[in-house]
Amino acid sequence: MSSETKQILTTDGIPLEVSLKKAERRNKIKAFLLVAPLLLFLIITYVFPIGDMLMRSVDDKMVTEMLPKTFKAMEKWDGKELPEEEVFEAFYLDFRKLVDEKREGKLSTQLNYTKNGFKSIIKKLRRKSKNFEEGNYKEQIMAVHKRWADVEYWKAIKRRAPAITGQKYLKGMDMYKNENGEIVSVEEDRRIHRILWLRTLEIAFFVTLFCFLMAYPIAHLLATLPMKYSNLLMICVLLPFWTSLLVRTASWMILLQQQGVVNDFFVGIGLVADDARPEMMYNKTGTYVAMTQILLPFMVLPLYSVMKTISPSLMRAGKSLGGTPIVAFWKVYFPLTIPGIGAGCLLCFILAIGYYITPALVGGASGTLISNQIAFHMKSTLDWSFASAMGLMLLSGVLVIYWVYNKIVGIDNIKLG
Amino acid sequence: MALPKHTELHYRIWHYFYLTICGAVFFFLIAPLFVIFPLSFNAEEFLSFSDGMKSLDPDAFSLRWYKDMIYGTKNPWGLAAKNSFIIAIFATIGSVLLGTVAALGLSSRHMPYKGIIMAILISPMIVPLIISGVAIFFFMAKAGLAATHTGIVLAHIILGTPFVVITVTATLSGFDHSVTRAAASLGSNPVNTFMKITLPLILPGVISGGLFAFVTSFDEVVVVLFLAGLENTTIPIQMWTGLREQLSPTILAVATCLIILSTLILVTAELLRRRSERLRGINR
Repeated sequence: MSSETKQILTTDGIPLEVSLKKAERRNKIKAFLLVAPLLLFLIITYVFPIGDMLMRSVDDKMVTEMLPKTFKAMEKWDGKELPEEEVFEAFYLDFRKLVDEKREGKLSTQLNYTKNGFKSIIKKLRRKSKNFEEGNYKEQIMAVHKRWADVEYWKAIKRRAPAITGQKYLKGMDMYKNENGEIVSVEEDRRIHRILWLRTLEIAFFVTLFCFLMAYPIAHLLATLPMKYSNLLMICVLLPFWTSLLVRTASWMILLQQQGVVNDFFVGIGLVADDARPEMMYNKTGTYVAMTQILLPFMVLPLYSVMKTISPSLMRAGKSLGGTPIVAFWKVYFPLTIPGIGAGCLLCFILAIGYYITPALVGGASGTLISNQIAFHMKSTLDWSFASAMGLMLLSGVLVIYWVYNKIVGIDNIKLG
Repeated sequence: MALPKHTELHYRIWHYFYLTICGAVFFFLIAPLFVIFPLSFNAEEFLSFSDGMKSLDPDAFSLRWYKDMIYGTKNPWGLAAKNSFIIAIFATIGSVLLGTVAALGLSSRHMPYKGIIMAILISPMIVPLIISGVAIFFFMAKAGLAATHTGIVLAHIILGTPFVVITVTATLSGFDHSVTRAAASLGSNPVNTFMKITLPLILPGVISGGLFAFVTSFDEVVVVLFLAGLENTTIPIQMWTGLREQLSPTILAVATCLIILSTLILVTAELLRRRSERLRGINR
């Protein structure tokens, strides 16, 4: 049988199987060529730059390039006792070169990151080293300041030898490598990044929860009301969805400020005294309220599209079989909406975890998220490698959720509007 | 949602409770937008309702802030609006072209590695904007495109294409491929088939994707904050600066204009969606 089917030829005399495979391949190439322009564009302008962030985040070439001879000489040093004359000589030569190029300031800043106390001794060394005599550099350098005779400082220099480092990632989690190469946490009162990570997770979680609690009833109402009413109500969901994020944030700023509309209303109905208006903005409350309202449509729409497909007769059947409405809802309706809940919650959480604009405007100091810290390092401290490292830490978290989302919902099932 | 006559009292109570909750949530969603309208006509400089406004005194209302928006000294809104529209229009054209073509390829059942490619194409929508901003900034700085319109347009094309890809693939999912085969068998070449048969059928999806791309670009502030120089300021940048420094009623006038614009876009998008569903024979 099979040998006979192989015999089937097309009109050109080519076996059918070969011809079909060829056509298949041609179709594959055709389809791929259609996608190629966008794919190529995104890879060049988007995927590679994210890779560039990775390079920057681990890049530590600066000191490596400033002290090439020193690190070469240090290769033989066991790092226990003070290094030999050879290392001191190499360091002196590197250092003179940096002073000639006026770059010793950068070195002192960099080394000071690794160990406090380098700034002053490098300044001192610059002054004294002008009058150094040739030979016996070890003695001369050690005579400049007693810290130069301290092996801990030479260990600190050696730690900067590798051209790549995970130090920025450790810093992002408030940790660092100590003198013995152990990874330890910074003191309790300086753990600012951990607080931010936890707060970001906390706010994203609660905003998602609030969105879910508010979206479920209205999505249900929209899905069960007759078309002519639900279309009208749908506008209440879609209009905020299409309105500029900044406009919505601005309206919350007007509502929540101390002399704002909500406070005026509270004073008006006598809930609070005029001189004791609560702070509802520039803190966590502001972030929660504004973000919940802004992200609510992203929860309503997936829930609605799932609920729309659930036939009302299922609930009727549940009730007619003896379930109370609550039981019928819990056993029949709710399980059917779980795909929508999953989609909505994951979407909300992903969006919330990377929020920047709204927390920056209404969050104050206690309501800002990790994104704000990234922007701060990009724009103010210009520590781009640290910003990159934190960005990638955030990104890896988001990608995990994205992957889960893809597994549960399927990325091509995202519905818009 | 009238209740049947025999409904027991506690279900009745529960039902009205449910409706009240829904009403409150709808109010929470929509009310903040409507606060902006009246306050933008405030004759005074405060951002709360004055006594005159509460008693509907006509003197308490004025067009002062709208005049300031248009004629005000040193006002940045004219340049910002011009930039915003130019950038958004070019970004939309780019996104629609790249996105539609890619969606056509993705919807083909011959497409290899569909899952992973789709994931890459959608990623700019999922990756937090701040990270996209940093990455795109590094690229544009290297390419010498920072603080140029071109750079911002390219950045917005990156951010806008996922929406076009999603809406067009959704439209194509209900697409009957036998019509294009019929056209081909009648001697039409692929380009002609696309222009005469496919495009008119998927046009609602293309346009609504374009609207998403337009709004994304028009509203985008995080990436522009990294990329824009003084010359490239846009409406969102001006609003951002204004909101950070001082909330002035002029911003409310601008916000009102933006709400009107988004209402127009919403209506267009809704009409298109219904037309698309009618064309594809989906009855709801």
